[in-house]
Amino acid sequence: MSRQNQPLLSARGISRSFGQNQVLFDIDLDLAPGEVHALLGENGAGKSTLVRILSGYLSPTSGDVCLEGEVRRYRNSGEAEADGVVMIHQELALAGQLSVEENIFLGRELRRGPFLDRRAMRERASETLAELETRVDPRARVKDLSTSAQQMVEIAKAITRDVRVLIMDEPTAALTEHEVGVLFELIARLRKRGVAILYISHKLREIEQIADRVTVLRDGRLIDSGPMAGRSKEEMARLMVGREIRDMYPERTTLESDAPVVLEARDMVVPGAVKHASFTLRRGEVLGFGGVVGAGRTALIEALLGLRERRQGQVLRNGQPVVLRHLRDAVGQRIAYLTEDRKGKGLVLNMGLRPNLTLLNLRAYCHPLIDRRQEEQAFQEAIERFDIRLRTEALTASELSGGNQQKLLLAKVMTIDPEIVIINEPTRGIDVGTKHQIYHFVRELTDAGCSVILISSEMSELIGLSHRVAVMCAGVLTGVLEGEQINEQEIIQYASGIKGVGVDEQRRA
Amino acid sequence: MNSVVPDNKPIGRSRFSVDLKTWGPFIALVALAVLGVLINPAFLGLDNLSNMLTRSAFIGIIAIGATFVITAGGLDLSVGSMAAFIAGVMIILMNSLVEQFGAGLTTIFLGVGASVLLGLCAGFINGVVTTKGKIEAFIVTLGTMGIYRSLVTYLADGGTLSLDWGVRDIYRPVYYGSLLGIPVPVLVFLVVAVAGYILLNHTRFGRYCFAIGSSEKVAEYSAISVDRIKTLTYMLQGLCVALATIIYVPRLGSASGATGVLWELEAIAAVIIGGTVLKGGHGRIWGTVVGAIMLTMIGNILNLTDAISNYLNGTVQGIIIIVAVYLQRASWRKSAP
Repeated sequence: MSRQNQPLLSARGISRSFGQNQVLFDIDLDLAPGEVHALLGENGAGKSTLVRILSGYLSPTSGDVCLEGEVRRYRNSGEAEADGVVMIHQELALAGQLSVEENIFLGRELRRGPFLDRRAMRERASETLAELETRVDPRARVKDLSTSAQQMVEIAKAITRDVRVLIMDEPTAALTEHEVGVLFELIARLRKRGVAILYISHKLREIEQIADRVTVLRDGRLIDSGPMAGRSKEEMARLMVGREIRDMYPERTTLESDAPVVLEARDMVVPGAVKHASFTLRRGEVLGFGGVVGAGRTALIEALLGLRERRQGQVLRNGQPVVLRHLRDAVGQRIAYLTEDRKGKGLVLNMGLRPNLTLLNLRAYCHPLIDRRQEEQAFQEAIERFDIRLRTEALTASELSGGNQQKLLLAKVMTIDPEIVIINEPTRGIDVGTKHQIYHFVRELTDAGCSVILISSEMSELIGLSHRVAVMCAGVLTGVLEGEQINEQEIIQYASGIKGVGVDEQRRA
Repeated sequence: MNSVVPDNKPIGRSRFSVDLKTWGPFIALVALAVLGVLINPAFLGLDNLSNMLTRSAFIGIIAIGATFVITAGGLDLSVGSMAAFIAGVMIILMNSLVEQFGAGLTTIFLGVGASVLLGLCAGFINGVVTTKGKIEAFIVTLGTMGIYRSLVTYLADGGTLSLDWGVRDIYRPVYYGSLLGIPVPVLVFLVVAVAGYILLNHTRFGRYCFAIGSSEKVAEYSAISVDRIKTLTYMLQGLCVALATIIYVPRLGSASGATGVLWELEAIAAVIIGGTVLKGGHGRIWGTVVGAIMLTMIGNILNLTDAISNYLNGTVQGIIIIVAVYLQRASWRKSAP
């Protein structure tokens, strides 16, 4: 390493244990100024723990964090930030009731004498937001913003600081394609300014695009570290998982030509979200739902399930009209729904794993008192079937890694033995290995005669799994693509409203 | 990505911290009892013990209902006023029934029935207004607390409602009597506690209370009728208040605007001392029982000693509540229902 490329922030022999459980083993990592360093690894590989140590949220059990070769012992994140080491969280850490500008300057408000200098703060907030090309009003309350806008605010908050080292934990998980583009431009500018960037993502394509160096962790150990140039996605995936991942997407189940329609939605209208959308789902089929975040996909599905108010629309199950007023009714029709927000809506985080598993179909375990033994048995079966890995005997759902939480959630919705499974963003923030398992599980479902609705923002997922892809744009279902039509270009054109039916034709369809 | 460990939580899970959490209230109770014996050996006398348990029965029964409400993320401030109101209506009803049915069991049964019905209705109102009106439980029950309090004052015309002497003689054993040597109120307390324990820990309803208290969204997405379960917790609370009132009326045979004042706070205190989390998601019936007994025990010990004035009862209770919660806070998240 040349002299001027001396690392800005480095980890030296960092280990970390939680109780008996060691999650990091002797990690060395160097972040050089003007370099984007990607950190890769499966869920639970220790990435988050490592970056939390680097940014002062945790202290290492042994080893040192050095800034420009000097050992620093951060007691909290504030001390790290004072050194210019800033982390953008994967889980948004914003004060919902405060405005955007108040959030951006939270804890380091600009002052004029004893009073807040609101004008200066607003100006700087506006500048930063303009730089990010977001149309967020600095005076808007954060809780009223969409998830992607909140993520942009989080980024704005980080870059208004004097940042020398920027750590980003899955910053693009909740962003739209356009926002991702803007973020990458921003990263390029920061890199030119000599900021050292540590970038965590599961999206290998992104990493291929922006990273200069890459480090791979597996089971808390450093597997590989080196320049990005000359590495392929396949190689990185193999290093992360420790085995070759072949056929990421399994072959689709062959649809019988006379497969009956098991679910039909007609003329669904959700105020402010969905305009006159209709679709059908056949037995054994995977129907994908594409579109940008906020296009109304989730609103449409949740209105169908009785989780949201709808103004009009009819739902038919096996050709018969059904009234679904509450998710309970949908469960009665053997429709299972896997929410995209596994922490906010999917799992009771401070509850044990077994109660979480059985919560959706608890009735089946009551005679009339809850049968703990039956619950335990179901849990052991779920661990087996869904390959839920318990490195330690986790007590509550919050202690599981993201991928294992997703598997537990999947196991939970499968307790109702559904015929239709609706999966919303099943692989958000999930590692390659778990993704692979989930894709194969979808195949198993359709093989068994179940139908699947797959809402996803990952284009390759939609293309790889779906028999047909319904695309939405601004509340309108612009088209349903089939066969050869299912490709990236078509989906983007329908998702952006360039192609497909408009509002008026949609009404007829 | 997430690490396998919880965020921002104390690290390590020693046996000791879990045990302290579960057994903390019991240990505190034993410590208080030892203190009581040291101060005055009469403390452990059968008379004193049974007297103490009998007195703790009111708050205890109400607090068991409150455990459900709080576990499901709600709060009921109206229980004290509700008790006074139910007692008032019960007395008026029984007094007027004496003319028709005489001072007999029929009168008392009707009075008891009306009490239960009233409790369920009052709870239903609290529940429906909170859930359907989407108003915070604190505000709704603060409102009904004022309403019931003023209603009983109005019914008593600012004075005291007294139960007919004939009825009183027959009704008396419900408070003063005993079965197999155990005072009736203590028996009722025990039955309610056992039933509450089973309901909270071994039935769907209880499990749903935990889930709703932890996250209403997750509960909704788990096909749970959140509004219905929450309303049921308030009705259960109303039923417990009615039961407590049924035992309370024969004790004094009267009700006034001053009946049941501050019971709501004592009930909540008992629940919290017992290790139930005030913001919901975690509840423990046996903790609540211990909490209720502890509150009475403090007063009892102060009665037995001259070292601290009896007037400082509230001070000692207050300190104990704060210390109890402080000791639990560090570790409550650790346990799973």
